[in-house]
Amino acid sequence: MNDLDLVSPEIFISLSIMFLLILGVFKKNSSNLIHNLSIALLLITGILIINNPLDKNITLFRGSYVVDNLSSFMKILTILGGAFVLSISKKYLKLFKIFLIEYPILIICSILGMMVMISSNDLMVFYIGLELQSLALYVLASFNRDQLKSSEAGLKYFVLSALSSGLLLYGCSLIYGFSGSTNFNVISDAMNSTNYGLTFGIVFILVGLAFKISAVPFHMWAPDVYEGSPTTVTLFFAIVPKVAALTVFIRFLYVPFINMIDQWQPILIFLSIASMIFGAVAAIGQNNLKRLVAYSSIGHIGYALAGLSVGSNEGIQSSIVYICIYLVMNLGLFSCLLMMKRNDQYFETIDDLSGLSKNHPVLSLSLLIILFSLAGIPPLAGFFAKFYVFKSVIQQSMYFLAIVGLLSTVIGAFYYLRIIKVIYFDEEKASYDTDHNIWLRVSLTLSTLLILLYFIFPSKLVEIVSRINII
Amino acid sequence: MDFPILSSLILLPTVGALFLLFSKDKNSNTGKYVALFTSFVNFLISIYLWFLFDPSTSSFQFIEDREWLKGFVNYKVGIDGISILFIILTTFITPLCIISVNNTIKNRLRDFLIAILVMESLMIGVFCSLDLVVFYLFFEAGLIPMFLIIGIWGGTRRVYSAFKFFLYTLLGSVLMLIAIISIYWIAGTTDIVQLYELGIDSKYQNLLWLAFFSSFAVKTPMWPVHTWLPDAHVEAPTAGSVLLAAILLKMAGYGFIRFSLGLFPVASEIFTPLVYSLSLIAIVYASLVALMQEDMKKLIAYSSVAHMGFVTLGIFTITQQGIEGSIIQMISHGLVSAALFLCVGVVYDRMHSRLIKTYGGLVSVMPKYSILFMLFTLAALGLPGTSGFIGEFLILMGAFKDNFLVAVVASFGVIFGAAYMLWLYRRVVFGKLTNNDLLKIPDLDTSEKFILWSLAIPVLSFGFYPEPLINTIEVSVNDLIEMYNFNLNMNIVEVQN
Repeated sequence: MNDLDLVSPEIFISLSIMFLLILGVFKKNSSNLIHNLSIALLLITGILIINNPLDKNITLFRGSYVVDNLSSFMKILTILGGAFVLSISKKYLKLFKIFLIEYPILIICSILGMMVMISSNDLMVFYIGLELQSLALYVLASFNRDQLKSSEAGLKYFVLSALSSGLLLYGCSLIYGFSGSTNFNVISDAMNSTNYGLTFGIVFILVGLAFKISAVPFHMWAPDVYEGSPTTVTLFFAIVPKVAALTVFIRFLYVPFINMIDQWQPILIFLSIASMIFGAVAAIGQNNLKRLVAYSSIGHIGYALAGLSVGSNEGIQSSIVYICIYLVMNLGLFSCLLMMKRNDQYFETIDDLSGLSKNHPVLSLSLLIILFSLAGIPPLAGFFAKFYVFKSVIQQSMYFLAIVGLLSTVIGAFYYLRIIKVIYFDEEKASYDTDHNIWLRVSLTLSTLLILLYFIFPSKLVEIVSRINII
Repeated sequence: MDFPILSSLILLPTVGALFLLFSKDKNSNTGKYVALFTSFVNFLISIYLWFLFDPSTSSFQFIEDREWLKGFVNYKVGIDGISILFIILTTFITPLCIISVNNTIKNRLRDFLIAILVMESLMIGVFCSLDLVVFYLFFEAGLIPMFLIIGIWGGTRRVYSAFKFFLYTLLGSVLMLIAIISIYWIAGTTDIVQLYELGIDSKYQNLLWLAFFSSFAVKTPMWPVHTWLPDAHVEAPTAGSVLLAAILLKMAGYGFIRFSLGLFPVASEIFTPLVYSLSLIAIVYASLVALMQEDMKKLIAYSSVAHMGFVTLGIFTITQQGIEGSIIQMISHGLVSAALFLCVGVVYDRMHSRLIKTYGGLVSVMPKYSILFMLFTLAALGLPGTSGFIGEFLILMGAFKDNFLVAVVASFGVIFGAAYMLWLYRRVVFGKLTNNDLLKIPDLDTSEKFILWSLAIPVLSFGFYPEPLINTIEVSVNDLIEMYNFNLNMNIVEVQN
């Protein structure tokens, strides 16, 4: 098979971006059309990915690009995430008068960047993908440019992200200097015993990546950016880039540097523990839901990293399962957030949820399920996500990590309970609008049902993920 | 494969809850009848199950085994003589709770019934799961409906109590989760039947035992982690208190018997003194605290702590009498504490006060109530002829066999128990009728009479004739102890070699 056939999804999506841009320029008032078209094109890309032969590990372009189970699965996850974000954001954008053609195009651009990241088997290719997605994300963060907070979010994200990209690039150059190549497989072959130059390189790259997934102590940007960005963009931030960055984590650590696990494992464990604890503790004082989601996503990334730090295929798979379930839960949570609208105004603090259960029983029940799932209470999906992670962690007898992780779920449960308390125990306020977009309803119903009924068929997802074998 | 009777027992209340969820009207009585019907059918099924049950063998019956988490955990349920009694207790108490919501729950009746029915499903699940992960799932999931029951329909400090209840229990349980996963990696399975056969390497047992203990001790509740219980009881609505006292607390006692003794005999032997001392402290301390309470619900809550102290004491005597006594004590306490909370609920609905000093002289305005209340008071203090006596007597007998001093101290608990219960009864029912508001209140209505009598009948009949209970559990307990001693000796031999 030709190399170009295998990258057909990427080629298709690039062409779509150009086509959409041209269409947007020449056709007036085409926002709605382009919005719908971009969802369709994303789905077609997803189909193209599924059509690729999956069961092989194929490297393309002199080994710099790889198409395997991991890349296909994560790409589909990214695309689905992107498509859902696009489908539920229309109303929100219209209300803020930012329903522009650039929004879907930028989202697709960043998805293209993420697809390149996910498939990269070479430091250069990975960096190109990373920058493409980051540039699109900077603009998206400040998309609501008339609002001070949004502009601030974009600027903050840009400055800090550029700094971390610099560190990352420095790490790449160190690794190139000490191993003589940027290709993951060549680096893997060239590695001999302990080499401090390489260790430094790994550390710098890990710092850069930790920044992208907002792991503690490189999380500082997340709360401000999450709060300032338009809510739909926050949703995008919260789920899609994490999938891509996690894939890079997996590939980078487990392909070239699997033999240096002693060097990077402590770093990952530290990142994981710090994120879990900080995410749980810092979220307690928050009143803004978007800020709270930022801290909760920091905590959740800690659990995903705990799975990665194990150093086994089971660990990687548990992380991937975790990120899948995390994606579904966040989708549901944000759908609820986007439903909190009254008289053309969106509400986003915990107090605004007060007594929601009296006026909106269905919405409250969904939120209840999603929040308990985020807290990791069985029999909801969030419990199984944590269960798989800790199963692989305990397999390697990393009890300390397991105990800290599970204790921080107890702390974390506190702030999720606080939201539930406000919804169910407090006095009611005025009710919200109920004329929701059909897609908003679909995504909320779908995610709630997936979370609630996951325990009936818990093996399906694991079976799919278990085809991903990196080591 | 036979008809999956246990699964249908677990599922039926949830089906009823779903039915209610999709019904339109929110506060009418139809919902109540649906819930009552479902839970009553469930009770009939469980009674039928008791008839089908074969008490002459200790192996698990009605086993269902389905693939669930592939290659890892099977959905496995089954019952033995110990679990069936708890299942019947659950299915018996739930319909009574549903009848009792008549007067207590004013708003969101439908949601309340859904919560109770879901709770019933989960509690039955706990008692018949034969896999550690499945057990954990049911055990933990019960937090969600209970949290809502306390938080939405509770009293003034309901938020604090609901949070305390949830976080205490969760904190205890996460360690158990770690232990369960560790057992999987140590023994290669989480299937209880297989684990009973394989045994767990003694060098791991101590830590695993402690992890399980942390969860069960909170749930029991044992001193010093009992503080969530009085709060939860006081703030929960009557039906919630009843479920909590009658069934939720029994999960821990059941867990001690099934897991701590069954899986970790070596560790249980080592930690018996710890359990003894905590149980004795619970018995004496909680009794003394109960003496000082001014709130009726709080007093009964502390008496629960003391009674559960007897239960843990009996379990860890590891004698036939002790364990049988504990199980009977749990069943009896399930009936009696449920009845006592309902009794408090009856006067609370009329006077909206739980303080003892509000009452006094009730005997002249509510004679029928006074008779029933006296019956349950006497059952709670373990008067011969009530089920409470059988349990306490057997436990003390087991304790005397094992350790004389422990038994003597525990016997003081019986005296304290008589003191606080009788004093409570005297202050509420006898004495001068000083509060004039009391003159207006009516005696028991039909549904209240029905509930209290249906609790009184088993309390009395098992008090005079405990054979059905003992017959059901005898073989299971006997084999449990034999297995315990066998595993213990195996390990001693191993150590000596």
